[in-house]
Amino acid sequence: MSGISARFALALGEFRLDAAFDAPARGVTALFGHSGSGKTTLLRCLAGLERAPGSRLIVNGEIWQDENTFLPVHRRRLGYVFQEASLFPHLDVRRNLEFGWKRIPPAERRVGFDRAVELLGVGHLLERNPARLSGGERQRVAIARALLVSPDLLLMDEPLAALDLASKADILPYLERLHDDLSIPVLYVSHSPDEVARLADFMVLMEKGKSVASGALKDMLARLDLPLAHGDEAGVVIDTVAAEHDETYHLTRLEFAGGGISVARTPHPLGARVRLRIHARDVSLALERHGDTSILNVLPATVVEIADESPAQVMIRLDAAGVPLLARITRKSGALLGLRPGMKVFAQVKSVALLA
Amino acid sequence: MPPPFDFAPIWLTLRLATVTTLLLLLVGTPLAWWLARTRSWLKGPVGAAVALPLVLPPTVLGFYLLVFLGPQGPGGQLTQALGLGVLPFTFAGLVLGSTLYSLPFVVQPIQNAFEALGERPLEAAATLRAGPWDRFFSVAVPLARPGFLTAIVLGFAHTVGEFGVVLMIGGNIPGATRVLSVAIYDHVEAMEYAQAHWLAGGMLAFSFLVLLALYGPGKKILGDKS
Repeated sequence: MSGISARFALALGEFRLDAAFDAPARGVTALFGHSGSGKTTLLRCLAGLERAPGSRLIVNGEIWQDENTFLPVHRRRLGYVFQEASLFPHLDVRRNLEFGWKRIPPAERRVGFDRAVELLGVGHLLERNPARLSGGERQRVAIARALLVSPDLLLMDEPLAALDLASKADILPYLERLHDDLSIPVLYVSHSPDEVARLADFMVLMEKGKSVASGALKDMLARLDLPLAHGDEAGVVIDTVAAEHDETYHLTRLEFAGGGISVARTPHPLGARVRLRIHARDVSLALERHGDTSILNVLPATVVEIADESPAQVMIRLDAAGVPLLARITRKSGALLGLRPGMKVFAQVKSVALLA
Repeated sequence: MPPPFDFAPIWLTLRLATVTTLLLLLVGTPLAWWLARTRSWLKGPVGAAVALPLVLPPTVLGFYLLVFLGPQGPGGQLTQALGLGVLPFTFAGLVLGSTLYSLPFVVQPIQNAFEALGERPLEAAATLRAGPWDRFFSVAVPLARPGFLTAIVLGFAHTVGEFGVVLMIGGNIPGATRVLSVAIYDHVEAMEYAQAHWLAGGMLAFSFLVLLALYGPGKKILGDKS
């Protein structure tokens, strides 16, 4: 049985944690919510750093804790990346990296030392003292150190939160490589919608200590009953494949189940996986396909659900061959077009953001 | 012709200080670890008891030890029942007295160092597969190294410099319990000022060098308290 199944209840003074979710054994699962929503506490419970009696955690069929069992932290096959890198100051980078690696039996070392060093680009830092690293370098070493215990589950507690913008931009590509190259499932705590949109495949939404909803990221972002699908930043992510480069007009065509999207020529090789973000505010709707428009990207879709956004606006959930989309239009436009669930429409996409 | 210089008190003192320091590390380290991490209400009373030698006149401690370990005292009854004999006026008795007397000088620097560690390095080590003992020896002890150095230096030096406890529980038996500080006292009593000068001057130089190592130029003061 693969996957992560978690049920946690814990009272810490005023704060009550009450979280339950099932996450897939692959890819990145974001624990997403505002600060104070209990994300970090939940992650610490999962690691066994916080004791939550009577809770239950099963990872790939192995019971980490239940009513009768509590596997101590050092017996759980996990990797943990703290918000601050937390490298050992008395050891140089190499010996920090070797700390966990040495402590697992050689037969269990699925991530090689050189491989982790190369993945995180820390080869030139090996002889350095942690005190002499930049914030971004330190966090990369911490991630490599966690990978080197070949974990069944990698837990990351806002690994970018303590970094400045430049260091963040420096680390994100490494995290994306992890996501693409390794098959280790990751639980990633974040309160940043951008990070989640870039990195996550699955999401657990936390609010005031409770897990409110969980599911595939692309579905969660389009669920009109959740706050994620409302507001100015509401939008969907779509995983596409680079299908064609048009050198005449300097465009790249990205394809997915719901159709194709043209964007300014990207450096991706054909066949590369490219993730897009489409904001609801950038999508307008038409009943017919117009030829006389400057908008290149028009996707046929079906109206699924309509929800009030503000007195002036409605949010519309669309389905483009199984891929959810969101469109935010004025209530007046909605009425003029006579929109209702089941109708066929054309979604006109004004702009998209490339995430990777 | 002056009497030949008597080295016995010096060797005895060094032996006493070495044995005492080792014993203090053995006893003081777990005690400091417990004091640094416990949330038990016992932390206050135990901490206060450990610190008692800082404020008590050494003769008070020596007096109670003498009574406790004497043939009629409960400690003495126990050591006799165990076949160890009676400890006062033996080297073993001196070691015991010195250990108690120097305890705070060893426990407090180590405790401060452990407290300064915080939870994080130990948590990080746990997520990297290190069990409790492993975490203690491969993370806590190396990170608390300055505290241990302070503790060793202070424990050793303080044992070398004690007088009251030693006199009360050890007496003044040449070769067995007659340590440096007592020997100096004897020499002065006997008006042997030249001998007293050699020993006293040596102690002065030794003490200064020890403190220089602790507070020396370019170094921060190693513990917060001592």
